[in-house]
Amino acid sequence: MAKKTLDVLTDPVVNNNPITLQVLGICSALAVTTKMETSVVMAIAVIAVTGFSNLAVSAIRSFIPSSIRIIVQMCVIASLVIVVDQFLKAFLFDISKQLSVFVGLIITNCIVMGRAEGFAMKNSAGISFLDGIGNGLGYGFVLLVVAFFRELFGSGSLFGFTLLELDRNGGWYNPNGMMLLPPSAFFIIGMMIWVIRLNKPAQIEES
Amino acid sequence: MPAKDSTSGTILIATILCVVCSLAVSAAAVALKPYQVENAKLDQKKNILDAAGIPKDELGKPASELTSKKIDSLYTWIEEKMVDLDTGQYNTEFDATTFSLEEQASNPKTSEPIVGDPYDNGEDRRPKTMKVFIVRHEGEGPIKQVVLPIYGKGLWGTLWGYLALKSDLETVQGITFYQHKETPGLGGEVDNPNWKSQWDGLKLYDDQGDPTAYVAKGPAPDDDPSAVDGLSGATITSRGVTALVQYWASEQGYGPFLETLKKQIEEEAAAAESPSSAGNATTKAGA
Repeated sequence: MAKKTLDVLTDPVVNNNPITLQVLGICSALAVTTKMETSVVMAIAVIAVTGFSNLAVSAIRSFIPSSIRIIVQMCVIASLVIVVDQFLKAFLFDISKQLSVFVGLIITNCIVMGRAEGFAMKNSAGISFLDGIGNGLGYGFVLLVVAFFRELFGSGSLFGFTLLELDRNGGWYNPNGMMLLPPSAFFIIGMMIWVIRLNKPAQIEES
Repeated sequence: MPAKDSTSGTILIATILCVVCSLAVSAAAVALKPYQVENAKLDQKKNILDAAGIPKDELGKPASELTSKKIDSLYTWIEEKMVDLDTGQYNTEFDATTFSLEEQASNPKTSEPIVGDPYDNGEDRRPKTMKVFIVRHEGEGPIKQVVLPIYGKGLWGTLWGYLALKSDLETVQGITFYQHKETPGLGGEVDNPNWKSQWDGLKLYDDQGDPTAYVAKGPAPDDDPSAVDGLSGATITSRGVTALVQYWASEQGYGPFLETLKKQIEEEAAAAESPSSAGNATTKAGA
């Protein structure tokens, strides 16, 4: 049982990653990954929302009428997202300004909804909470990898610290402008999926 | 309690859920409101101070690296004044502390349409009264700078910022944008400190007194004292910045007010020079 509990938490990071295997929640992964800083905050926000929405949905799952279950889940998720957004505005003002609309858009992130419907409705509260945290971690992991490449090659820095001196600031590195545009995240996620599936052939889908 | 899948049970559950969720949301919003208001105010002060270049001149670092206490103490250098844009005169009836630019600009009662000819910032309306910021060294003595709120269309949305002028009112001290939606790394480079530093000393008007400061396409010509480098990959943002700076510098923008202010600066300087009326100057600065 102990091993199974741990699996619920760690499985979604690589083995059953919501973005690379389930291909959920790609949209926001494209938008917020131009910088490491914003990605970290976004990842923490999503981890909090998936964790607590799974916990809440699981806790009330025996009371939820099946005819309105999706709306109930949505309502719980939306409330949590607003609370998270308010916290960011109060304590991380600069970053919340950069994340702008994308915190609000966690509501529409398929990962949150998918885990609430697919896992929390059928499992007990504790394990659902861990599943939510695990899936949030999986999402965060992809976000950080993508942001690492985008910030390093697009802005020559990591977490705002300059590593490659840009030519426009008098250095030598000519930044790759495409890295700052959403399509670059697509390419990086595509390559991540490729690398993961090379190492784990079981993830390759039958055609 | 009715069965959970019956109609009444469904309605009951939905109602309870709605009440609980709305309580949670409103509790968070109300409890965190003071922090958020504080953050927004501090952010404005930082931007005003950065536009005027005060933190950099005094302490050698930008306002974002200062504590809120330090910001507040530097902000005492600044006097907030309301100005009627059409007449250029100070408006003493309007309470400067309650002024919200975005609210005033969108309310038809407090704003007027922007004609858009010959200068156009791309927006539909502008407020009749604006809050301006007058900077004196440590809050006294002659006027050192004036900071003017500016806004206009970029590529994805409105750029909101501040333009600071030196005491000749023809040379730019600095520019900041506190809110914009431009693409990070391209148009978003309006936030780049290196790019912004080019605005220091820029000539705002040509010899005829028309606004001429502009963002060049590509590198700024060396012999042009009113050009800054273009933002690569951001033609529309660059054009937008040019348009909005020229609009606010023109007769349709702060032109009339800058006339008033110029007279005020001259009068204050004259009063300070003649020793007999030196007392007057101090009372004036203090008032």
